[in-house]
Amino acid sequence: MILPLVRRFGVLVASVVASSLVVFAFMQVLPGNPARVALGLNASEGAVERMTTQFGLDRPLPVQYWEWASGMLTLDPGIEYISKAAIGPQIADRLLITLWLVGLAMALAVAIAIPLGVWMAVRHRHADGVVLTAASQIGVAIPAFLAGIVLISIFAVRLRWVPSDGWVAPAEDPVLFAKSVVLPTISLALVQGSVLARYVRSAVLDVLREDYLRTARAKGLTPMQALWRHGSRNAAIPVVTVMGLQLATLLVGAVVIERVFVIPGLGSLLLDSVSDRELLTVQSIVMVLVVAVLVINFIVDALYLMIDPRLKTGAR
Amino acid sequence: MTQPIEQEITRSRRRPINATLIVGAVLVGVIVATAAVSLVWTPQAPMRVLSTEAYQRPNAEFWLGTDRLRRDVFTQILLGARTTLLVGIVAVGVAALIGVPLGILAAMSAGWFGQLIMRSNDILLAFPALLLAIMFAAIYGGSTQVAMVAIGIATIPSFARVTRASALSVLRTEYVTAARAAGRGPVAIAVRHVLPNVASLVIVQASVAFAIAILAEAALAYLGLGTPTGQPSWGRMLYEAQSTLRSAPHLVLIPGIAIAWSVLGFNLLGDGLRDYLDPKLEDR
Amino acid sequence: MGAAVLSVQGLGVATTRTPLLADVSFTIDSGERVGLIGESGSGKSLTALAVMGLLSDGVRANGTVELAGHEGNLLERPEREMAKIRGSDMAMIFQEPMTALNPTMRVGAQVAEVMRIHGTEPSKAAAKSRAVELLDSVGLPDPANVARSYPHQLSGGQRQRIVAAIALANSPDLLICDEPTTALDVTVQALVLDLIVRQAQERDAALLFITHDLAVVATVCERVMVMYGGRIVEAGPVTEVFTDPRHHYTQGLLAASDLSMPDGSRRERRSLPTIAGSVPGAGHFPDGCVFRNRCEAATEACTEVPTWHDRGDGAGYACVHPLGADSSSGHGARDD
Repeated sequence: MILPLVRRFGVLVASVVASSLVVFAFMQVLPGNPARVALGLNASEGAVERMTTQFGLDRPLPVQYWEWASGMLTLDPGIEYISKAAIGPQIADRLLITLWLVGLAMALAVAIAIPLGVWMAVRHRHADGVVLTAASQIGVAIPAFLAGIVLISIFAVRLRWVPSDGWVAPAEDPVLFAKSVVLPTISLALVQGSVLARYVRSAVLDVLREDYLRTARAKGLTPMQALWRHGSRNAAIPVVTVMGLQLATLLVGAVVIERVFVIPGLGSLLLDSVSDRELLTVQSIVMVLVVAVLVINFIVDALYLMIDPRLKTGAR
Repeated sequence: MTQPIEQEITRSRRRPINATLIVGAVLVGVIVATAAVSLVWTPQAPMRVLSTEAYQRPNAEFWLGTDRLRRDVFTQILLGARTTLLVGIVAVGVAALIGVPLGILAAMSAGWFGQLIMRSNDILLAFPALLLAIMFAAIYGGSTQVAMVAIGIATIPSFARVTRASALSVLRTEYVTAARAAGRGPVAIAVRHVLPNVASLVIVQASVAFAIAILAEAALAYLGLGTPTGQPSWGRMLYEAQSTLRSAPHLVLIPGIAIAWSVLGFNLLGDGLRDYLDPKLEDR
Repeated sequence: MGAAVLSVQGLGVATTRTPLLADVSFTIDSGERVGLIGESGSGKSLTALAVMGLLSDGVRANGTVELAGHEGNLLERPEREMAKIRGSDMAMIFQEPMTALNPTMRVGAQVAEVMRIHGTEPSKAAAKSRAVELLDSVGLPDPANVARSYPHQLSGGQRQRIVAAIALANSPDLLICDEPTTALDVTVQALVLDLIVRQAQERDAALLFITHDLAVVATVCERVMVMYGGRIVEAGPVTEVFTDPRHHYTQGLLAASDLSMPDGSRRERRSLPTIAGSVPGAGHFPDGCVFRNRCEAATEACTEVPTWHDRGDGAGYACVHPLGADSSSGHGARDD
């Protein structure tokens, strides 16, 4: 079990390095001097030159890459071009907010999806199962930001139960935190919950067709006992993959939802940096998100090793 | 012993067209028809500001009402269908044209080259479509063209993966071994044997990717990083309507329904095609 | 040979649209070994699943199924009570040893589980050590080590022995085997067959043995039932049915098999004759005699469901133009 884990960790490290090169290179294809881009077309030659020297934008690219990459490792990728604010602490603060959002949404999505998906699978020949499956198909088709807007119009604008936007830290005021986070969480979880429920359904359906489940029933287990004792672990294998993909989707999906609910998370910082042309900040945030995705994939791989004994021994 | 198995496969290949497929095809058909109509006719000139009241509810003259800038909503919906389909076609086209050959190549070259393709693929997979599109927008500015290319590039890995997995199983079959033994070259095998056999899975994947592309484009337009103001886009319409949620909810609902409609359509089409084309049936 | 363990009367199975089994009746006594033969699609496995109460959703059974020691009709029992009977008083060995075991659970635990479910062993530890004994008794070498393995680490023959151990763990009165050796290598088949017969004999269990391999029936079973189109078309002692078949379908099966002829001579021929046509899909069998569209002796009279001709002692056939009784139907001659 240890050896394959080490191997996968090696892949993770290599992927992080490779993707950092991709991100860095990507930001270099920009036409023209980055200082000119940051300052805008109206800036004077002198200002552009001053900024170029200040940020060392004229140094060889490998040197610039090394400075940025090593800065990322020490959580200090530098300061912003215009505001001169340190990028690291900003990302850290904003990331915390986004993680709250993503974590809560994922928890809610799983809480909805697993019972719903099992129900849809077990009852797939009955009217209620078919109706739920159709409903989940509609849930998948509604983009999170649309769900967010509709939820705002109902619960914030008409009913006035919760604020339509803003963010209160949990430590500051738990009640207001809960109120500010409930609609964004539901918006994100509705779609992801529907997607996940469909995967749970098909994983459980696959398992229900397995011979070993019939063996389990022939042993004297009721259908639900058989599914729970013999099916859950096997059904978890495909579901865990999807959950990993969904966490990644949620991280990026949060960008849009933060815009809908005006939440100062990492996504808002990313979008603001794009419009302010703070390219170093954009580059650093993108890198943080990509690393997060890669780490999630690694965790999924590690979970596989624990769930599926066939992988441990390497046999198939 | 092989006879009953063969029978079973041919029987399921000839499975009747399922309800999911029909509903999906109808939903997609409506979008295509809408886009086609917009080529020859729109109730008002595209995106023109009219000399009428803003925020009109749906009525006889303006079937879906007017927006904040006194433009006809129905016209925008018709034109938006065109944008939606264009984005989907280009994004899926880019992804399939690059991803499918890469997948076949990776499957057919067993050594380091195949490994390299799949490893690069995995790294690209770490860039979700929306994130890649935001990166592109940061550099090239937001536009429909940039959005669809970015979404297309981000979709390459899914095509490459599906193609490779399917191609690997084709390459293991006996008729490919026979073709190899008969001295057929790798290109001939790829074109004559692999491509036709991965086609059905690629079609299913294309339908699903189309839905994802539509969602990504709508989100980008909503964020102001996709289709710019003055050009028709359902996501853009949502963004513009959000501030007047209370007074004119129809301005949110109409483009919202249009987006959900088309995503639902392509998802159902993909599911229906999968059930129809895949001999390993899912009974429901 | 003892009293009837399993008694099936007028068993029918159908989906909402298609009838799959009709009027299946038979009994099996304790210690008796009965074969159920027929081509794939004839309804053999369905009969077994109906008896076990393991039919899938949307498929319903009617008629009566009675098991010794249990009052009334098993088909009318709620699922929870059936679960108590399955694995203890009746058990089943399935065709596919490669997929019949849970891939994510150690096989020892899978054997122990069946004893824990029915409370045969007082504790987890006791069930575990009993599981190792069982693995030993089904002929697995180094049973303690095997118990700690996962299914993918074992061969098909080993896995089928484990499936057998699970079925035998609680000494069932009725053991149903659904093509238990079909998926195995020829060299392993005989060993597993021998194991099943020996273990069933030790427990004096009634054995229902489903197969399409007539040679297996000839070695394992005392009595045989021939199934086609969801009906039992002929039944009787193996020697009687195999040497003197009355139903044209039975004769076709015998002709198509490689079985030695009753007079000891293997028929000289280059290829095996087959039964004309193929097994229709479920619900596409003709009415009346289900075999009449493939039978060369079929006449107008066959459009009625043929009545069961009792030959005594559980033997009989359902055919309007039985072989032997009517020599003009000229059996066997056409092959030469």
